[in-house]
Amino acid sequence: MEYEVIIGLEVHAELSTKTKIYCGCTTEFGGDPNTHCCPVCTGMPGALPVLNEKVVEYAVKAGLATDCKITKNSKQDRKNYFYPDTPRAYQISQFDLPLCVGGGFDITLKDGSTKHIGITRIHIEDDAGKLNHDSYTGGTLVDLNRAGVPLIEIVSEPDMRSAEEAVAYVEKLKGILEYIGVSDCKMQEGSLRADVNLSLRPVGQEKFGTRTETKNLNSFRAIEHSINYEIQRQKEVLEAGGEIFQETRRWDELEGKGFVMRSKEDADDYRYFPEPDLMPIKLTDEYIANIKENLPELPEVRKQRYIQELNLPEYDAGIITTSKALSDFFEDASKECGNPKAVSNWIMTDIIRIARENDIDYKDLPFTAKRFASLIKLIDSGTISNSIGKKVFEEMISENKEPDEIVKEKGLMQISDESAIKEVVDRIVAANPQSIADYKAGKDRALGFLVGQCMKELKGKGNPQIINKLVLEHLQ
Amino acid sequence: MNITKLTAHEIRDGYKNKAFTVKDVVEAFYKNIDEKDGDIKAYITLCKDNALKEADEKQSIIDGAISNGTFDELPLLYAIPIAIKDNMNTLGVKTTCASKMLENFVSPYDATVIKKIKEEGAIILGKVNMDEFAMGGSCENSAFFATKNPYDLTRVPGGSSGGSSAAVAGDLAPIALGSDTGGSIREPASLCGIVGLKPTYGLVSRYGLVAFASSLDQIGPMSKDVKDAAILLNAIVGHDEMDSTSANIEKKDYTKALINDVKGIRIGIPKEFYGEGLQEEVRVALEKAKDKYKELGAEIVEVSLPFTKYALPTYYVLACAEASSNLGRFDGIRYGYRTQNYESLKDIYKNSRSEGFGKEVKRRILLGTYVLSAGYYDAYYKKAQKVRTAIKEGFDKVFTECDVILTPTCPTTAWKIGAKTENPLEMYLMDLYTVPVNIAGIPGISIPCGKDNDGMPIGMQLLAKHFNEEVLLRTAYTYEMNKEV
Repeated sequence: MEYEVIIGLEVHAELSTKTKIYCGCTTEFGGDPNTHCCPVCTGMPGALPVLNEKVVEYAVKAGLATDCKITKNSKQDRKNYFYPDTPRAYQISQFDLPLCVGGGFDITLKDGSTKHIGITRIHIEDDAGKLNHDSYTGGTLVDLNRAGVPLIEIVSEPDMRSAEEAVAYVEKLKGILEYIGVSDCKMQEGSLRADVNLSLRPVGQEKFGTRTETKNLNSFRAIEHSINYEIQRQKEVLEAGGEIFQETRRWDELEGKGFVMRSKEDADDYRYFPEPDLMPIKLTDEYIANIKENLPELPEVRKQRYIQELNLPEYDAGIITTSKALSDFFEDASKECGNPKAVSNWIMTDIIRIARENDIDYKDLPFTAKRFASLIKLIDSGTISNSIGKKVFEEMISENKEPDEIVKEKGLMQISDESAIKEVVDRIVAANPQSIADYKAGKDRALGFLVGQCMKELKGKGNPQIINKLVLEHLQ
Repeated sequence: MNITKLTAHEIRDGYKNKAFTVKDVVEAFYKNIDEKDGDIKAYITLCKDNALKEADEKQSIIDGAISNGTFDELPLLYAIPIAIKDNMNTLGVKTTCASKMLENFVSPYDATVIKKIKEEGAIILGKVNMDEFAMGGSCENSAFFATKNPYDLTRVPGGSSGGSSAAVAGDLAPIALGSDTGGSIREPASLCGIVGLKPTYGLVSRYGLVAFASSLDQIGPMSKDVKDAAILLNAIVGHDEMDSTSANIEKKDYTKALINDVKGIRIGIPKEFYGEGLQEEVRVALEKAKDKYKELGAEIVEVSLPFTKYALPTYYVLACAEASSNLGRFDGIRYGYRTQNYESLKDIYKNSRSEGFGKEVKRRILLGTYVLSAGYYDAYYKKAQKVRTAIKEGFDKVFTECDVILTPTCPTTAWKIGAKTENPLEMYLMDLYTVPVNIAGIPGISIPCGKDNDGMPIGMQLLAKHFNEEVLLRTAYTYEMNKEV
């Protein structure tokens, strides 16, 4: 039977406010265990939360950037459950009146098509602490440094149909959050993580199948792999006549396997009720309008600008603007060298490759936009050829040096002196009479061969246009 | 002169007149505690070393102030001893909530009210007993011991601030701080024949008060007279950035409200507060108080608060729901009691809480958990919130007809220890007249208004609109100045 895959995502993003959501402690990542803490975020008896207003501002920004409606009369609720990483035994979240509702955006797929993914809601809540297994004692240690770091949870509609769509959605969402500066979205540090809700239904059936939820996926790879795994798993169960159970699952990227964490029967009844220690959140039209006015340029707008003003292909513009860091790199390098087209081409090939191979974020590229721009300038000015440029690019990374230094040290300057080139061309042509005969007999390939031989003799540094011109002169 | 019988303002006068030193005062109270608290059992923790040290330091400041004529600039609570209910965090001192769960818990910080009274210069004598986590009306629910009524050691002092009321009534402290969620300041004040004021919700910061029911809890003064209540109230009010529910309103001087005159004040008598279950002697005492007010020039009006009969069930739904969540943090993980008997995380939770909490606390956690559970939320919690609104509106309406409401504080005088412990419902009924006040968030004061045939004190309750503590203090003060007891 053919199945349709239904995927909805819950993405948690840590907000990059300086202080925690309900106290003045720092949100800085790391630190010795339990040093970024106070009576409030450790849940001491009698301590009370006070809402950090920046959190509301950031969440509203995220809502406006994803086309959501902002709830003017919102409130916070307690979600009650026992777990050692949750010091009050309740998380302060939002239940029925989230700050943002009903938004969405278009994603671009590899075949160039676009698709709209809806956002159900965005709400604010506090992060839990971390549990560390202590191999020395065999016990578990609680670190509350992260407890109280502000989060937004972005809940999508069940609009995605494949791992590719889910990854494209998270990439786009991550880009938007980075653009508006509300989260640093460092997936490896857990500041952006996704829960995947997934179900299958026979093609043509309207009713959704039973879904499972795979929690805390913190890389694009894990999202992709876990989805494909879960699709396959559910398919096999259904095809064997089995039943899918509503359950929470865990993904192990190293093993490439998913595991059941708990079944629906074990699910907590969270006993949500309005948080009596906090006042309702009331937002004015002016407040919302002010945030809207001050939103930075969003990826979609940038993309259109690249297409229209810089003549980039739509696909390239889409890829580059997905990441704010990459797009900022593009803008800075283009401004510096004056050749956006070349920068774009390099990004689409070598820079994306470098980032993927080394699993680094675009904001952590091993060279600055300025350094990269000087490489383009060397090529554009004819100092080096494009192919030497590729060599210099690799060395620029491995040696961590300026391109012009590398060119100088290794003597990679392009030879554009006609008389020097002519000498080589004359010699090569003289040594290959057969090629001349071939060319005259209509075999164009012979031209390429001769040019290649000359370039080889010039150790790749000859100006290809000049070589071409001189070889042609001989042939005619 | 017996120093321990003095009010706070009388002690201040004594300092000014050099009738006695701070050390004389502090030692007098500890001497009384030594002699009487073995029977009354008000205190859980004494802060004697620190109090004596402070006494010497403060005396030299007082001496200096007297000699250069600046004594009157010292805060009104300067060098005044005070007892603190053991659910307010006091840095470096145990805060037990009278629970096995927190038997050894030393506070890592000061509650805002504690910070404030320390800034005023008050001297903390110690931390006093209460019903465990403030749940109860007799002080019998303390995990450690029951506190006795100083008027009759076979009777309860009321609760949950029973340690505070017994300490003040038994001359073991001139003033005390209590907390009131459904009557826990006013009811013990009434049963012990002292003054107890529950301020408007939001007037006093709750930061550092171990929460029972967040939307109802309020800290307030307990004292021998109305003037001391006003002085202590002055010291603890004010907006607090650490408590989002604390009201951002201008600070007032409540001692200015101590005016011996009720002419033109309209006093409402709500018939719903004088019905079945009211002890005859209490009814008579209230009747006399009403006549006294009339005689003093107040206008007496009959009013009605028809939703009063729903107040108790509403209270027990809301308070228990909030408590079930507030007390979740006592899980045996980071602080407090942890069971010896566990093999899994679930065991730690289950056994620590089963062994660490007393019967009444467990009863209320279960009630609260039940009313918030999936499928029951609308029928209980949501409905209770609606009734809460109706009760509030009922008071709003009545306060267009009168300035102050006069009711009994408690249906009866202090009962015998053990008399109601087997029947929680009978115990809950003692809160009948006090809980509507917390539900509405309005201020209420209980002051003594006579004694029953056994010589046990009777209390009357005065209520006013939100943030109208002045009219309460004025009405209470006028009665106090003119009563014939």
